[in-house]
Amino acid sequence: MIARPDPTFHATAELAMQAPVENYGFTVMLSPDGSQSDGIAVVDLNPDSSTYGQIVHQVIVPTKGDEFHHFGWNACSSSLSPLSGHAFLERRYLIVPGIRSSRIYIIDVKDPLKAKIHKTLEPEEIFAKTGYSRPHTIHCGPEGIYVSTLGGGGEDGTDGPPGIFIMDCESFEIIGRYEMDRGAQDKHYDFWWNLPQDYMVSSEWGLPPQYENGVVAEDLLSNKYGHSIHFWDLRKRKNIQTLDLGENHQMALEIRPAHDPKKSYGFCGVVIDTTNLQGAIFTWWRDDDGKWQAKKTITIDPRPTDPEDLPELLKGFSAVPPLVTDIDLSLDDRFLYVACWGLGEMHQYDVSDPMNPVLAGKVELGGIASKTKHPNGKDFVFGPQMVEISRDGERVYWTNSLYSTWDDQFYPDDEGGQMVMARAGKDGGLELDKDFFVEFPKGYRSHQIRLEGGDCSTDSFCYPNV
Amino acid sequence: MTETASVAALWWAVIVSGVYHGVNPGMGWPLSVSAALMSGRARQLPIALAMLAFGHLLAMMAILLPFSMLTILVEKQRALQLAASVIVIAMGLYLLWNRKHPKFLARVHPAKLGLWSFLAAMAHGAGLMLVPIYLGICGTTGVDAGHAAAQNLMTGRILSAVGVAVVHTLAMSISGAIIATVIYYWLGLKFLSKTWFNLDVVWALSLVLVGLIGLYSAH
Repeated sequence: MIARPDPTFHATAELAMQAPVENYGFTVMLSPDGSQSDGIAVVDLNPDSSTYGQIVHQVIVPTKGDEFHHFGWNACSSSLSPLSGHAFLERRYLIVPGIRSSRIYIIDVKDPLKAKIHKTLEPEEIFAKTGYSRPHTIHCGPEGIYVSTLGGGGEDGTDGPPGIFIMDCESFEIIGRYEMDRGAQDKHYDFWWNLPQDYMVSSEWGLPPQYENGVVAEDLLSNKYGHSIHFWDLRKRKNIQTLDLGENHQMALEIRPAHDPKKSYGFCGVVIDTTNLQGAIFTWWRDDDGKWQAKKTITIDPRPTDPEDLPELLKGFSAVPPLVTDIDLSLDDRFLYVACWGLGEMHQYDVSDPMNPVLAGKVELGGIASKTKHPNGKDFVFGPQMVEISRDGERVYWTNSLYSTWDDQFYPDDEGGQMVMARAGKDGGLELDKDFFVEFPKGYRSHQIRLEGGDCSTDSFCYPNV
Repeated sequence: MTETASVAALWWAVIVSGVYHGVNPGMGWPLSVSAALMSGRARQLPIALAMLAFGHLLAMMAILLPFSMLTILVEKQRALQLAASVIVIAMGLYLLWNRKHPKFLARVHPAKLGLWSFLAAMAHGAGLMLVPIYLGICGTTGVDAGHAAAQNLMTGRILSAVGVAVVHTLAMSISGAIIATVIYYWLGLKFLSKTWFNLDVVWALSLVLVGLIGLYSAH
């Protein structure tokens, strides 16, 4: 029995920022061709340790071809919700879905150096109990673990729309589908919410045939990827409003609501504008009439480039698109980090005024044509991709792979997994740490990062900052 | 023990159980802090506490009033007391056995505090905890009541059920309000997680204990 709330649960985002810093990171190890088993790497993040910046433990699963991508915790600060009246869960298990296999591994990381598989949910069980496939984003919610999926039923995942299902946070039994009324939602990607205000926001990538074997250029140029975000009445499980960002805004991916639940706004990253190759960030908010609105508040221009230096896919455009593939918001809701995976840049925007973001810092690293080296002199494979910020906002970690088949299209000559860290200034500014450079074992790429004790894209807070 | 002393002891039990429910975060005081902070208005704190109290009071009444009817209808008061005690013990044992993280309370809309409080009290058997105490209070007035007209008896029993529910809810609300106010104005939310203890087992055992005392006194 657990007598006290887990010390890593915090009532407010402010309290989480003051908590002790992370000692370990957990990062996906992905075998892009499925020749090896995927796994989770445990990275030592304690600068006083003799193994700082090294992979100190690996949990390699017994199966192959899972394609680990995003993952999350069994429990977070949402456990302090005054509604459940029961704060006694442990932040102990990582829920790691395979988006290619639809298998889910539950990994016990109570002792990070002895992390091990706790339970496996086989794809057949997920198909049978939910009718969904290709599980992706994890958030711990008021009634259990919410898992978004990228595919519906059937062999190619197009039999019915994808959606969200709920798992029990202790037994990891699948409870069932989330949606009672999905409205116009027919594709899925990310989701997040504001628990006290009782709303959820979800986004769209594309259907499995549009991504599993690589980006489908014809679909992209005819604007067939997702370009809407959906607002839900969280507890009524009902889509209350679908907001079309405009069909040229292809692939509305990451949803980052303000962490302070008193605020009713957030951000969404758009990979590419098919009219001009720009990357974009939309700010979404609830207006005085209770309607949801969204406005493009950041645009990032493509960089004209000699077709000689471009992969097949981009030769016709004579430019490198920024490709905004991940965004992350610091816990004080002040800095939004935007990964430009194509350009090879990590941008830091001051979003104190969410309607008028200001570029505050920038790091150049890797990139399709620029191929900027790390300050330690080594090459950076691909570009900055999955980004995670420490709770105190001072360290920004990122890895380099987007998705196996897409990496191969945009970076046909690159191979490898890397994780780096940049230091953020108190009032902005971003600088790579010369000494932090994790190289993944041969044959592995890297993807999402989770930090011990929670980070800036896992925890949902139930009380506003004071 | 004299009759007056035992009546006083039983009423103290009503108050103490109220304080016990009130300080337990599971009965809702964190919701009042959250309501005040989310709205940015301190006056939401007493409003939320009043809604929580209302829900709790209804839950107490929903359990106690049927029992007050039974005390009039059932001839063998001892049998009723025994049966009630067994139900309370059974609820305690059920809560001891079922220790899963509760889900359904989280499905209530955050603004529906009265409903939430009613459901929370029902789910935890908070009303049941009062039943043996209430029957004890009825029992001490039983001798005189035997001579009274049925009408008076009924009114008396209902009034004492209402009395028990009101006194208990007042004690609960005041103790919850004190904690909520201190956290809201002075200590801050850090103390929310610091002072939150898992009372699941203690709570379940209290039900069993109250039931056992009921069994003993009915004997």
